[in-house]
Amino acid sequence: MAKVIHYYAHPGHRFSHANKAMWQAAQAVDGVTRVDLYGEYPRHDVKIDKEQQRLLDHDVIVFQFPVFWYSAPSLLKEWIDLTLEHGFAYGKDGDKLRDKWMMLAVTAAGPEAAYSEGGYQHFPLRTFLTPFEQTARLSKMRFAAPYVLHDALKSDPSAHAAGFVELLEGLRDDRIDLEKAEAVECLYRDSIASVLHRSEGSLAQ
Amino acid sequence: MTDFLVLAFVFLAAGVVAVPIASRLGLGSVLGYLIAGVAISPILSALNVDVVAIQHFAEFGVVMMLFLVGLELEPKMLWHMRHRLLGLGGLQVGATTVLVTGVAMVFGLTWSVALACGLVLALSSTAIVLQTLNEKGLMKSDGGQASFSVLLFQDIAVIPMLALIPLLALPELADVASHAVGHGTEAVAEAATHDDAHHDDGHGMNINLVEGLPAWQAALATIAAIAGVIVGGAYLTTPAFRFVAMANLRELFVATALLFVIGIALLMTLVGLSPALGTFFAGVVLANSEYRHELESDIDPFRGLLLGLFFMTVGAAVNFGVLFSSFGLFIGLTLGLMTLKAAVLFGLAWIFKLRGGDKYLFGLGLAQAGEFGFVLLSFTVANNVIPKDIADQLLLVVALSMMLTPLLFILYEKVILPRLVEDSDRDADEIDETGQIIIAGHGRFGGVINRMMRAAGYSTTVLDYSSSQLDRLRRFGVKVFFGDATRADLLHAAGIHEARLLVVAIDQREAATELVRHVRHEHPKLGIVARAVDRHHVYELYAAGATHIVRDTFDSAVRAGRSAYEELGMHAFDAEMLARAFVDDDKASLVALASVYDPSIAAHENEEYLAKVKELVSQRDDILSGNGKAFLVRTDRGWTPPSREDLDAEQEAEKT
Repeated sequence: MAKVIHYYAHPGHRFSHANKAMWQAAQAVDGVTRVDLYGEYPRHDVKIDKEQQRLLDHDVIVFQFPVFWYSAPSLLKEWIDLTLEHGFAYGKDGDKLRDKWMMLAVTAAGPEAAYSEGGYQHFPLRTFLTPFEQTARLSKMRFAAPYVLHDALKSDPSAHAAGFVELLEGLRDDRIDLEKAEAVECLYRDSIASVLHRSEGSLAQ
Repeated sequence: MTDFLVLAFVFLAAGVVAVPIASRLGLGSVLGYLIAGVAISPILSALNVDVVAIQHFAEFGVVMMLFLVGLELEPKMLWHMRHRLLGLGGLQVGATTVLVTGVAMVFGLTWSVALACGLVLALSSTAIVLQTLNEKGLMKSDGGQASFSVLLFQDIAVIPMLALIPLLALPELADVASHAVGHGTEAVAEAATHDDAHHDDGHGMNINLVEGLPAWQAALATIAAIAGVIVGGAYLTTPAFRFVAMANLRELFVATALLFVIGIALLMTLVGLSPALGTFFAGVVLANSEYRHELESDIDPFRGLLLGLFFMTVGAAVNFGVLFSSFGLFIGLTLGLMTLKAAVLFGLAWIFKLRGGDKYLFGLGLAQAGEFGFVLLSFTVANNVIPKDIADQLLLVVALSMMLTPLLFILYEKVILPRLVEDSDRDADEIDETGQIIIAGHGRFGGVINRMMRAAGYSTTVLDYSSSQLDRLRRFGVKVFFGDATRADLLHAAGIHEARLLVVAIDQREAATELVRHVRHEHPKLGIVARAVDRHHVYELYAAGATHIVRDTFDSAVRAGRSAYEELGMHAFDAEMLARAFVDDDKASLVALASVYDPSIAAHENEEYLAKVKELVSQRDDILSGNGKAFLVRTDRGWTPPSREDLDAEQEAEKT
């Protein structure tokens, strides 16, 4: 059993389709710590000690958010700015997060084709997520492939949410092979099976 | 005098003993009263008490109840109900009358007697049904509303019935009777002097001003009386209550409220209308008044006592000698009647698309005969419409059906409802909760909260005890109710039992604490946002059980302090961070001290409390002596770059 913490950051939760469905579906997953960042810090006054303790208490850190302007909603950035202190996450004695895993679960309004050199977003989605990837690396964490929903305003949120539940449970029960997940570009609802441990995979077949 | 005391003692004692036991057993208060009545009936007959006379007196409770129901019902809602009122009510009375008449004729009664029986038994018991619906909080449900529509229609239908029944008189009964009878209410007046068992019908008294007038004048007088009630209710209530408020005596409000109800009832009987109906309309007119909750809480105890007395007399009036002489027959008749009435109601529920639990509530709840049945039966006997022996049997059937009704409600609640709940989908996620936000105290503090709630689209009920404040607010179109929010009965009338939040914003410190303690005790799950005047008040409110406690001047003082920081040249963001750190620090010490605070010991005598204060002060002194910057220690955590030495050390490590 891995200790999983699921951070959710969405200032427009009320109007959300995909992220709301994911967050609500995740409520049914036992044994995972859930934090609604905008609910806990409506005035953006992130409590540094509390958040650092939370990170220390868990092995896998999942951030769920919609991609806003090629980045995270501002409170998550504030959370990173404050929590990942020098001496804690990086720099001198900054090894407290060593060997933990970071994983993103993001939704993007653009279709998959848009995130390519010929598409209107011009870059692959992973390029926009490199700041998070490098944040993980500097903090001596490992960065698994993000769980992605493209075309988030049009596609069916319930299937993606069900996949998210499968992912969280898989992380919690050590059924997800994180090494495999680290090697792929992105994870989708129908590719979760490909990153299960071998024995699990054969069972599934 | 002794007679009166003995009687009052017997009734009160029976109610006080039986009702709590019945409620504890989940039987509801109505059944408790009925059982109490049955229990004391030997005592009453030994004392030679005229139970029926008491029953007629107690029926005034029904009048009061309809007044209270009217208060809950705005004119708009009544208009909204009109289709159900006429459709459901009309069909229920019509179909039940026809069916009962048919069955009675099969049993060999002549058509006129059968029709009179049909009319009498078509009516249901307003007293039992409304009391039970209110008690179980089912009044607002679809089934409750449909039931109410039917009951209201029945109440209106009694008036034409009283006019129609004398036309069904049997000539042979009239010959037998020792006195000649006229028609209409005149007959009642006469009957009252002759028939010692049934004095009057309780709903039409013996004085009638319009009697003897030509029809057009009578109609005019009736219309004038109704107009008088509506206009008086709309325009005279406020000045009257303000006049009474000058005396500043609690009991005068009660007296005024009683005067209102009794006055309207009197006016209605004088023009030959049903007083229950008249007070109901007066209630509707007053539904929008700011004195509504005051009237409600003043009348309610009287209603409760009178109805309780009424139910006990129903229980006491059951003639067990007659019942056991042919037990099977009466039980058969009662069950047959209730089955027939329920069948009609289920049919109507199907036509009017009542679903699930509402269908059963409607169908089972109204299946009894009611107190109007008693009234009409004595009326029919007086008018030689139904022979006395049949009427006595019917009287027993009516009483038995009323006594069985609470059992049907229990059946609905314990057996039918749980099944339906199991069957229906559970999708509780996005239910828009209804229910009021009650704001106690509408001064500068409560007023802001009220405006914020309304701006966000929530509906609020505001209680305040200042007439001048009310006047000012009314000019701004704010809906405020007059009354002392610390009174439990007023809170109940304002709907505390179904509220979703209580905001305590009154000025009086002790009263606020007491209010929180009382409400928390009665409603353990209700959210309470309370205003505190200072730190010690925070501890008191915390001990009393408030959910959120806000010091009324703290936040504005912090903002002023932040402005002072800025004025001293501090960067606005640093000032904000410093102010937040101050608030956090203050809150931490508040929480620490609240846990050792004891409301029964003065703070300066509470050793534990003093020790904690010293500890917190010394902690702060440590911070002060350490760097002289107090709260700055907390604020320089965020956004600070690594120190020069750290960077150098890191570069060294990189090289090696």
